[in-house]
Amino acid sequence: MMSQAELPVLDPIFGRLSFAALPLHEPILVATFVAVAIGGIALLAGVTRYQLWGYLWREWITTIDHKRIGIMYMILGIVMLLRGFADAIMMRLQQAIAFGGSEGYLNAHHYDQIFTAHGVIMIFFVAMPLVTGLMNYIVPLQIGARDVAFPFLNNFSFWMTTAGAVLVMFSLFVGEFARTGWLAYPPLSGIQYSPDVGVDYYIWALQIAGVGTLLSGVNLLATIIKMRAPGMTLMKMPVFTWTSLCTNVLIVAAFPVLTAVLVMLSLDRYVGTNFFTNDFGGNPMMYVNLIWIWGHPEVYILILPLFGVFSEVTSTFSGKRLFGYSSMVYATVVITILSYIVWLHHFFTMGSGASVNSFFGITTMIISIPTGAKLFNWLFTMYRGRIRFELPMMWTVAFMLTFVIGGMTGVLLAVPPADFVLHNSLFLIAHFHNVIIGGVLFGLFAGINYWFPKAFGFKLDRFWGLVSFWLWVIGFWVAFMPLYVLGLMGVTRRLRYFEDPSLQIWFQIAAVGAGLIAIGIGAMLVQFYVSFRKRNELRDTTGDPWDGRTLEWSTSSPPPVYNFAFTPIVHDGDAWWDMKQRGYQRPLSGFRAILMPANTGAGFILAVLSTVFGFAMVWYMWWLAIASFIGLVGYTIYHTFNYNREYHLTLEDVVRAEDERTRQLAAVRS
Amino acid sequence: MGHALTSEQAAARTLFHLQDEHDHEAGGSTLLGFWIYLMSDCLIFAVLFATYGVLGGNYAAGPGPKDLFDLPLVALNTSMLLLSSITYGFAMLSSYRNNVAGTQAWLFITGLFGAAFLGIELYEFAHMIHLGATPQRSAFLSAFFTLVGTHGLHVTFGIVWLITLMVQIGKHGLNRANARRLACLSLFWHFLDVIWIGVFTFVYLMGMLR
Amino acid sequence: MNRRVRNLAVLPLFAALSACDMVVLNPGGDVAAQQRDLLVISTWLMLIIIIPVMVLIVIFAWRYRHNNREARYEPEWHHSMRLELVIWSCPLLIVICLGALTWLGTHLLDPYRPLDRLAANQPIPEDTRALQVDVIALDWKWLFIYPQYGVATVNEMAVPVNQPLSLRITASSVMNAFYVPHLAGMIYAMPGMETRLHGVLNEPGESEGYSTNYSGAGFSGMKFKVRSVSDTEFQRWVTTARAAEQSLTRDAYLQLAKPSEREPVRYFSTVDEQLYSLVVGMCVEPGKMCMHDMMAIDDRGGLGLAGVYNVARHSGDLPRAVFGADQSHVIGICAAPTVRTFEDDLLPQVDRSPLRGAGLPRPASGRSGSLLADTLDSTSSR
Repeated sequence: MMSQAELPVLDPIFGRLSFAALPLHEPILVATFVAVAIGGIALLAGVTRYQLWGYLWREWITTIDHKRIGIMYMILGIVMLLRGFADAIMMRLQQAIAFGGSEGYLNAHHYDQIFTAHGVIMIFFVAMPLVTGLMNYIVPLQIGARDVAFPFLNNFSFWMTTAGAVLVMFSLFVGEFARTGWLAYPPLSGIQYSPDVGVDYYIWALQIAGVGTLLSGVNLLATIIKMRAPGMTLMKMPVFTWTSLCTNVLIVAAFPVLTAVLVMLSLDRYVGTNFFTNDFGGNPMMYVNLIWIWGHPEVYILILPLFGVFSEVTSTFSGKRLFGYSSMVYATVVITILSYIVWLHHFFTMGSGASVNSFFGITTMIISIPTGAKLFNWLFTMYRGRIRFELPMMWTVAFMLTFVIGGMTGVLLAVPPADFVLHNSLFLIAHFHNVIIGGVLFGLFAGINYWFPKAFGFKLDRFWGLVSFWLWVIGFWVAFMPLYVLGLMGVTRRLRYFEDPSLQIWFQIAAVGAGLIAIGIGAMLVQFYVSFRKRNELRDTTGDPWDGRTLEWSTSSPPPVYNFAFTPIVHDGDAWWDMKQRGYQRPLSGFRAILMPANTGAGFILAVLSTVFGFAMVWYMWWLAIASFIGLVGYTIYHTFNYNREYHLTLEDVVRAEDERTRQLAAVRS
Repeated sequence: MGHALTSEQAAARTLFHLQDEHDHEAGGSTLLGFWIYLMSDCLIFAVLFATYGVLGGNYAAGPGPKDLFDLPLVALNTSMLLLSSITYGFAMLSSYRNNVAGTQAWLFITGLFGAAFLGIELYEFAHMIHLGATPQRSAFLSAFFTLVGTHGLHVTFGIVWLITLMVQIGKHGLNRANARRLACLSLFWHFLDVIWIGVFTFVYLMGMLR
Repeated sequence: MNRRVRNLAVLPLFAALSACDMVVLNPGGDVAAQQRDLLVISTWLMLIIIIPVMVLIVIFAWRYRHNNREARYEPEWHHSMRLELVIWSCPLLIVICLGALTWLGTHLLDPYRPLDRLAANQPIPEDTRALQVDVIALDWKWLFIYPQYGVATVNEMAVPVNQPLSLRITASSVMNAFYVPHLAGMIYAMPGMETRLHGVLNEPGESEGYSTNYSGAGFSGMKFKVRSVSDTEFQRWVTTARAAEQSLTRDAYLQLAKPSEREPVRYFSTVDEQLYSLVVGMCVEPGKMCMHDMMAIDDRGGLGLAGVYNVARHSGDLPRAVFGADQSHVIGICAAPTVRTFEDDLLPQVDRSPLRGAGLPRPASGRSGSLLADTLDSTSSR
């Protein structure tokens, strides 16, 4: 009887969702909600007003074109960057003012959600979509393919990633997000210490997005293995494709670990099993080990493709073959393998013993050898080159100068006794922002500026690009160097208020840096807008605006839906450069109809059902969870009954597109 | 003669694109892609095995494997799954001979063996829970139920897939798409068999030796 | 040696920052100082390669800019075996040095390893006993039990200057990390588990310690005072603590363990002798089976099917999994849980003579000083 009285009261329809879950008493959230709602309504109204629903559905939502999916990934990443950065600036502000008895403007309930959300969003919904988007867009073009191996799966992956992001955004207005830190270590993330919905949002958002990431990894892997143009042997693949290959190997080999460990955490939370609990033989340290077995390769999943971008950019803008192509490839492969045997360096302080700690410390240092080799290779690519300092190259040089510092502090943290005094300090925070901003983000910006003309047919505006570049680079140094100093002063991460007044100045400097970055992000948005307005001035009609070296520059900008009218044959590592050197003539006749995959709304519908399922699970709305799950399985089965997934792009369409390109090229020459 | 060629002439001799290109048939990478997916699935099991390896001795002063496992029953269960793999092999052989009826029959038998396997497993679970050895009782039981249950869940989805495929073969015969699906399911089914052999050895047999 | 390292570090790199108190670079305890040394030496080692690379990046970027037509342009030059060798071997050499340093440093500065000196050139006097403290991270405060003195404190740790410290560390509910920057590096405090830390404070004064692993809402206030005092002052401090009204019984502990923030310093005049062992065993609540008993039973194969019923519901309504049972625990069946003393936990005596490599004869024993410092001295004097 007693235990029945104490069962949590669940509404049969709404589960544990009630009006109390809406943050009506939080002025900041209400204001944000109003702003988002107004913006959203305006957007929807605009789409309706200009009758874009049909266009959006046909051309974008249901698209299976890897190029459009790539662009949608990038948009998702940039939108989520704004959210993640809003969290960042709130934290910087809080830490800059919470001194001398003041607790700042955020209470623990909010602050703890914000730093968790910041980490989760920046890794899973900013860096991952941007990296995946770039790979999605570029890889098939670089290997001379017409699409990825599984075009429908690609669409589905994108919408699943978006579904995860949507769930995270829901948590802002309905309920709350986790207050556990971005990796949600138990027992803190267990049901006993986090009984509310925050961790459940975390789990389901990552699980749903994880399905997308994993499938996109499988997809790109199969694409690179099976769909390379004839003649493109492994050692003739562009470096970006190589790094993408290794990245997707890492995705396929690391994300299942995350899936499994989150399944166990959710079983602990929903069913009351004892994997990571304190009692009944559970072991929370298992979680810490397992999540980092995923987490460390994840770091390389993020950075490796950008190493590829830097290789392409350096070689293109130095007007030179990449120095040490094969050592670059071997370095990438070595990093891929080594990234699996370093995970313990994230918790030397667990007390694993000196031999274990030094093993993992030394393996970590060994990774710096291939990474260093890569840096030297870029350096010697610049050597005796003709470097054009266009925006992508500027980002690359900024990366090289920034990343070496981040790499150095990283190796420092790999020395266990040094880690013992710096672990979990702001020094660590400065380190990984140094490599993630200085490496991943700078690389993404280099990539965006580099391939934007390919995707949209016009270059990005240089002036606003420079404004954004300098604000970002200076802002980064101003924001994070103080954190190195604070780390050496012994300041820990995730603190909400401070007593020692001598720290304040450093936090204030860091806040100024974050402000500079904020303006830098603003300048980047302006850059997109201005470039769009000036698109006719900035137009690239050649398809090869930077005098590129790889196959994506051999087709038009933007490429036709089928990418290549004829599948190219590759004779050299820098295939397009080789073609140009040998006076390649673009064929003007002999086109054929092309078999292309057909659009489908299945991916979108499945993702919507998944979002509903995740939401229902978070709020314990069992009927809805069961219904949406049956819907998911049923619709998947239904979808498999569709055998007509392809259509022929007619000869007329191909000829029309190719003739248009012929005219454009002729106009350039004359 | 060779050095007399100008670069244009050389280019004209070098082919830079396929002259005679056929349609790229969709599904050319399906088996490879599915195999890669299976490897990732394999890693999920690897994590569950590792967890069982770490937590498998934590009985929390409750029952251990010797108190709970009924080896003859598990052996029977194992034989169900192994037989289902053999019958799936026969289904594949029939499909190579383009024998729709034979394929369907063997698939049906495979599904029955799979269902028998699931039934026995569910009986085993129900029995353990009835004894009070619930997944909540100890970390060992949590790890046991999750590892074995995840395998069972895979078999369940395999059966759902198998039924779907039987309907599709009934509708469209053994066309190229269905043959591909049959091959994928075959990979999946045998993969589950291999995992089960791991479970049988690592969980049941070694559990009895603990 | 130490001073030299310190000066080297502080001078060029951090000249601008000399105003602020970088405790990590300027600690008051020998272990933390050795960790600092390793940090500084590693930094210098890496700068050997980092600085030239950064300079080269700038030089190449400038020299080979597009409109500098005087620079050589070799668009097809992309391979040089000699350069490749340099590229791979330079980082490799640095990593070999760093790796050796890491291996030595990690073993010598292992937090589980008892101290072998008080400071550079200051061996531990023969009759010194380490001060033993049991540290428990609670939600959200720190409890320090002094088993040798039978007292306990909340959020304050007093330590005599130049006396080796031996800590056993655990936590009550979630994971924390124990960190006193002046003393030695941090180590996790984990529920149901125990970690060890050894250190010494060489300078008198007050400093701060805190949790460095996020543990929930009250985490930011989870700080404690560390008072490094003379022997006489320490005795006085113990006397004060002994005069406190409260005593730390199991009940008092369970009260204390309830979540609270920014607790004032508090003393307990007496401490239940079993308390720390019970906390590590997660069995302070009466009737709960202790972890070590449970593990001993599990080692013998569990309690069989009957063990299923040996479970009781927790009192109070703790949050529970929606499809799970109520929060419960295994009922203890041993009448008196064993107390593990520090002596039980002592690690086997280590050979503290400097490492000289496998197969080489050990140097004459009796030489004191840090192995790390010795090794470094011997390398630098060569």
